[in-house]
Amino acid sequence: MQDIKQRIKISKFWNGIFWIIGLMSTLIGLVLLLVLMIDLFTDGAPRLSYKFFTSFPSRFPEEAGILSAWVGSFLVLLVTAGAAIPLGVAAGIYLEEYARKHWITDIIEINIANLAGVPSIVYGLLALGLFVYLLKFGESILTAGLTLGLLILPMIIMATREAIRAIPGSIREASYALGATKWQTVQWHIIPYSMGGILTGIIIGLSRAIGETAPIITVGALTFIAFLPNSPFTSDFPFLSFKWLMDPFTVMPIQMFNWVSRPQKEFQLNAAAAGIILMAMTLLMNGAAIYIRYKFRKRIRW
Amino acid sequence: MDSIKAESRNLNFYYGSLQTLKNVNLQIRERQITALIGPSGCGKTTYLRCFNRMHDLYPHNRYQGEIILYPDKINIISPEVDPIEVRMRISMVFQKPNPFPKSIFENVAYGLRVRGINNKSTLSEKVEKSLRGAALWDEIKDRLHQPAFDLSGGQQQRLCIARALATDPEILLFDEPTSALDPIATGKIEELIMGLQEHITILIVTHNMQQAARISDYTAFMYLGELVECGETDSLFVNPQNKLTEEYITGRFG
Repeated sequence: MQDIKQRIKISKFWNGIFWIIGLMSTLIGLVLLLVLMIDLFTDGAPRLSYKFFTSFPSRFPEEAGILSAWVGSFLVLLVTAGAAIPLGVAAGIYLEEYARKHWITDIIEINIANLAGVPSIVYGLLALGLFVYLLKFGESILTAGLTLGLLILPMIIMATREAIRAIPGSIREASYALGATKWQTVQWHIIPYSMGGILTGIIIGLSRAIGETAPIITVGALTFIAFLPNSPFTSDFPFLSFKWLMDPFTVMPIQMFNWVSRPQKEFQLNAAAAGIILMAMTLLMNGAAIYIRYKFRKRIRW
Repeated sequence: MDSIKAESRNLNFYYGSLQTLKNVNLQIRERQITALIGPSGCGKTTYLRCFNRMHDLYPHNRYQGEIILYPDKINIISPEVDPIEVRMRISMVFQKPNPFPKSIFENVAYGLRVRGINNKSTLSEKVEKSLRGAALWDEIKDRLHQPAFDLSGGQQQRLCIARALATDPEILLFDEPTSALDPIATGKIEELIMGLQEHITILIVTHNMQQAARISDYTAFMYLGELVECGETDSLFVNPQNKLTEEYITGRFG
């Protein structure tokens, strides 16, 4: 009896030890992040104003803004989404629903998982060779968008495959048993039912792309740019123009990097303000991803 | 004697190198209910799924022999026959109710949409007819556009039957359709299946012998991938010819 009590005491002691270790680990992460954010906010918040969003960068820190940066980020992201979403989703569907499972598909699968882990600067080098020198796209929005598209392509493929795998086999069988072709099954069942997971993957991919700096610098983004790309909308028919694709650009993280590397303290404040915006954008996108997942989960339960 | 709707001749089935059906010869009679009974793993579901080429969905499966569909005498497991065509003529209801996460209406209309029918009035007409055929119409006629998942298990299974009926199949396959249902829901489904045989040929797998005895006209007993005995249900249960059959139906194994 005494023995058991002793045992329990020892077990409880170790239980308590881990409780403390776990709590400390959690707190260290959270507190550091909080300090970082508070620091960013106290530095940057005073600089946040309407004018900050509508001004070009300038030699004078108090007049400088992020207009060219956020417009650039937005347009680059547009190209990224346009390239990576259709390619990634189609590849994911092909690999899950069409491709026969054998060693070649296994190799492809391993490679895609590896690609997701390749450092982004390597994508930058690849893009420099392929898009800038070989295809002559120049140091343009198109090049940057496609580069980031390549970067998040494996993420979208994997998210698509995961989402499709969650659909029970009995649903596929029900569809095929009624004489449906593969495409009919994909179109009416696989895509709609996996949409939640696919969208979540897309948004998380894009929110990663928006913060990427290294590959964008590699393909030649400008660090100081005081004009906007051509407008995608025109006054004459067909009211859309794609000239902007070939324009030089900058993006949010590069604008930040540029300001951080200036000696003047005031530019540091600008960088902090831009940091807040970038963080808010990422948070917003991740929030949207969580909301979409929640909504689709509620609608479809197996 | 009733005419024959389908017939398997020397049917062998392989999963990789494993043979799961051995030389099965069986005649399915038109507008009769044929029940397949036997212990778990005897190949009855494998046999059933040959009839709408479900095995084609997965790799390493191989058929050998023939399943002849009458009156046109085509061998539906021949590689030259398109499995999609087979599935359009021979429909299936599964073990667990598997409605699509769509509305009740869209579930039933799906088979028609697959065939390119999108005309609203045709669809509504067919959907109502099928739901009536599956004895579900009166219960759900006011909520056709609500999600199918809101129905009870038994209702979901009747919905799956309606979905299979909507395309007027020549043969309807049932794979243990009541094994996931309570006795009351089971009773309704059995009654429904018995009513269906007026205009449709039915092949049903069941591991419930009483069910086979209650609803079927013919019963086939399978064991270890082979067809042991087949005959009219009344005589097979009362007077089995084979020792194995007798042992199984008297509950000595299974």
